[in-house]
Amino acid sequence: MTEPTVYELSSPGRVGFKFPEPDVEEVALPIGFEREDLPLPEMSELEVVRHFTRLSQKNYAIDLGFYPLGSCTMKYNPKINEVAARLPGFAYTHPLQPEESVQGNLYLMYTLQEWLKEIGGFAGVTLMPAAGAQGEFTGALMIRKYHLDHGQPQRKRILIPDSAHGTNPATSAMIGLEVVPLPSDERGNIDLEALKLLVDDRLAGLMLTNPNTLGLFDENVQEVIRVVHEAGGLVYGDGANMNALLGVLRPGDIGIDVLHYNLHKTFSTPHGGGGPGSGPVAVNEKLLPYLPDCVVTIVEPGDDENPPLFGFYHPEKSIGRLKSFYGHFGVMVRAYAYIAMHSGAGLRDIAEKAVLNANYLMHKLKETYTLPYDRTCMHEFVLEGFWKDIPDVHAFDIAKRLMDFDFHPPTNYFPLIVKEALMIEPTETETLETLDRFVDVMIQIAEEARTNPQLLHDAPHNTPVRRADELKAAKELVVCCYPLEELQK
Amino acid sequence: MFTPHTPQDVEVMLKTIGVEKIEDLFDKLPEDFRFPDLKLPPQQTEMEIAADLDEISSSNGSTKELISFLGAGAYDHYTPAAVDNLLQRGEFYTAYTPYQPEISQGTLQAIFEYQSMIGQLTGMSVSNASHYDGATACAEAVIMAYHHFRGKRHKVLLSRALNPQYRQVVRTYMQGNPDLTITGDEQAVGIDADLKNFTALIDNDTAVVIVQYPDFFGRVINYKPLIEAAHAQGALVAVAVNPTALALLTPPGEIGADIVVGEGQPLGIPLSYGGPYLGFFAVNEELIRKISGRLVGQTTDVQGQLAYVLTLTAREQHIRREKATSNICSNQGLMMLASTIYLTLLGKQGFKQVANLCYQKAHYAASQINAVTGYSQVFSETPFFHEFVIKAPVNTEHLLLDLRGYDILGGYDLSHDYPELKNCLLIAVTEKMPRENIDFLHDTLLEVTHD
Amino acid sequence: MEYPKDLKYMKSDEWIKVENGIGTIGISDYAQDSLSDVVYVEFIVDPDQKVAAGEGLATVESVKAAAEVNMPVSGTILEINSGLSDTPEVLNQSPYGDGWLVKVQLDDESELDALMDAEAYEAYCQGR
Repeated sequence: MTEPTVYELSSPGRVGFKFPEPDVEEVALPIGFEREDLPLPEMSELEVVRHFTRLSQKNYAIDLGFYPLGSCTMKYNPKINEVAARLPGFAYTHPLQPEESVQGNLYLMYTLQEWLKEIGGFAGVTLMPAAGAQGEFTGALMIRKYHLDHGQPQRKRILIPDSAHGTNPATSAMIGLEVVPLPSDERGNIDLEALKLLVDDRLAGLMLTNPNTLGLFDENVQEVIRVVHEAGGLVYGDGANMNALLGVLRPGDIGIDVLHYNLHKTFSTPHGGGGPGSGPVAVNEKLLPYLPDCVVTIVEPGDDENPPLFGFYHPEKSIGRLKSFYGHFGVMVRAYAYIAMHSGAGLRDIAEKAVLNANYLMHKLKETYTLPYDRTCMHEFVLEGFWKDIPDVHAFDIAKRLMDFDFHPPTNYFPLIVKEALMIEPTETETLETLDRFVDVMIQIAEEARTNPQLLHDAPHNTPVRRADELKAAKELVVCCYPLEELQK
Repeated sequence: MFTPHTPQDVEVMLKTIGVEKIEDLFDKLPEDFRFPDLKLPPQQTEMEIAADLDEISSSNGSTKELISFLGAGAYDHYTPAAVDNLLQRGEFYTAYTPYQPEISQGTLQAIFEYQSMIGQLTGMSVSNASHYDGATACAEAVIMAYHHFRGKRHKVLLSRALNPQYRQVVRTYMQGNPDLTITGDEQAVGIDADLKNFTALIDNDTAVVIVQYPDFFGRVINYKPLIEAAHAQGALVAVAVNPTALALLTPPGEIGADIVVGEGQPLGIPLSYGGPYLGFFAVNEELIRKISGRLVGQTTDVQGQLAYVLTLTAREQHIRREKATSNICSNQGLMMLASTIYLTLLGKQGFKQVANLCYQKAHYAASQINAVTGYSQVFSETPFFHEFVIKAPVNTEHLLLDLRGYDILGGYDLSHDYPELKNCLLIAVTEKMPRENIDFLHDTLLEVTHD
Repeated sequence: MEYPKDLKYMKSDEWIKVENGIGTIGISDYAQDSLSDVVYVEFIVDPDQKVAAGEGLATVESVKAAAEVNMPVSGTILEINSGLSDTPEVLNQSPYGDGWLVKVQLDDESELDALMDAEAYEAYCQGR
């Protein structure tokens, strides 16, 4: 059933929400600026509630089922987080309140900074970046600033493995770095020989996702880091896959200089259909002076009777401000609650079970689907969604067919280095029963690919809409609806 | 905590994989550093963390119990109950980015409706699915303008009356483009409402001019002459707006703005100590393919049924990689949804009503404060929306502390950002401020202001 | 897949045809096929502009991909096929005909020697 848009549901004169009448004497609006028409919908509260409830029912979500979406860490996010972020003392604090009136917020931010330092093995943390991509931007900018500050302006080359997320090269290009792709070897590691040929005094650094997007831990990571450091470069860690390393390995310990966390992924803020994220960045001593503005610190140490006084400080050579205020505070509250509920042992349990689930699925599926890199994976793995003898069936078809069985498809066509990639990340919060059901369905689909491929080509069959015409969307570019009166014109 | 594995499950799984214990799965990790002992406080249960966070949050003073005249980019509005209730539906809350249209029509249609309402509100034809906040939306406008002219125009003009944090963020973002000059906001150019000095800076090397409406001081200024001057030089104009004000005021699209950005927090998003908020971003039709971030378009499915999809994705980082002009990946999905529900529920009448309440109460507050001897409104000859500037007869740092003693957050001290506005406060008033509290501020000012 | 004999090709899938010192440049049949439906063409050069070999001249976008089109040779832009902005599908329908992108005045015809002939290009495409 097509759900009408809010403009189609609108009726002139209908009121959805009423505010009190003014309790002050009214004055005239500024002359010359009066708005003629305000074309917003006019619906009753019930109609609004039904409309958005019906829309919600057209979505798939973690609360409905299994979401093995590689590189996205679609795990269960505890509901207590939502209660916590809505506590009035958090939700109703204005960002420009005097620091003495928000000591609770600052204590929470300070503590979270400390925890993220400890979890990753770093010397400093900024909570300001709004998302992973902005975290990358922050890290890359700090690297650039570090070299400029050390009289090495020519260090503009950034090495990025061919398996990396698109944000890595896009970020680097934004700040004027020269992106040099780095090939992977046949075991899915960074090609060490290729790396050695690319390092010289033009090297700014390397952006490393480890485990990488193939779900593999780079077996030579310490050597890779050594080569980069010896050439005077810094190593940026993309923390997108931290879920696999919690309590297992601290990136700072093996020499990563700077790393962003995807707070929303690893430390549980629901994805919300696209955001918000939060991308705190952790650094070692070398990069401390360059952290973005507004790091929380202890301004006056406490004593037996008084708690310490928290406040902001501005790092001396800061790269500047990244967004308004201090970051996505609401996401920080959720991460704080999540880490507090886990502690060291609980965090390690997350990584262990995430890796256990992924390896279990990989073993169950590798007979049926080609596994291009057959070795122990971390929290995710990549299969080929393609069989040479059935050239008509693609990863895309398998993905769509999974929807018929109430599963969200894996990430497909990424990473780019695997043909017809199906990237599967089960996460730690799924039961063995769910994994087994997924395996059964995947095997059934592989069979259907041979016996009845049309089933795959036509899939999905039972979703609110079927395969959509993306060409038409791109050509016609209908990107907004108009009020009914305008439509009728 | 949230891992469901029974010991038997683990056994079955390890057997399938062919290893003895879970630790074996990590044997390729550097041995010296494996399984560190993390120094974190002991595990808490849900019940304990709930109590803990209750206590931490209660140690803050919030706008629930304080009388707050703070604005300066974040505003204390009332959010109808239905907004958060709908927002918390798990189908919205726990869904991923709508890359699979067949099972994401809810999110996709909500974005489409959001794009439509932002377009209508700003008077522009195309809105994207949002950026992080008003400040980063401003920075994205600069990036877009820079690429629109293929890097051949080297000047960006920022009004000094543009939110100082927005200006800082633009500068942070553009550090990698040393051939670009960001200027126009120096004290010498000034903050006069006639914009004479500022307009004079526009030349044919200017890529984009950014002004704020109402500006950082709350003033409502007619930008039409400025926009015409900019267009005469071939430059783009971006206007950063407060969306609530647009319920009453001529939208920038009607006076020729090329880009309209803004902070969407006033549209049903909690203050939450500064984030997450919502950056909206709208352009005229000519710039549709230059817009960064996600965009939803209408189409049909194989059965001819109406459907929504993400479109023009070939501009984005996951396809263009280093050729992309922006690295933006997420949008503020939930915040976008909150604002969509908020605007739909308030609708034409409710949204006008809330804007009018802000306007009227702010004007009452301005006249009340003006009535206190020694206090005077700065820029009193220029119209304002719900924020205004007051010059105090005393040191504002001390004054704010004194007011704090009466549980009043007395506004934002402008002297940090504007030396020329020494002892000036930026005061914001929303629909939530009862008349008694404004009168209480008036009385308190009388009381705390000595000679 | 067509590989006309009278053209020269680049590894990045551009073709050039030279008549009387004037080159016509476009993208190959192979390129349009792998991009699939083209929805947008944006020129990043203007007439009378001097462009060096290897520099970008246009961006071609399909629903799921984007490609930079580069100059096979150095020269001065004479004409741009601006009609493509309204009818980008012509790039798919007629990559060697009406789907041409720009015409250039070549600086140095000997630069053509560095390009592939049809046979070499066809072999290169089949190897991909």
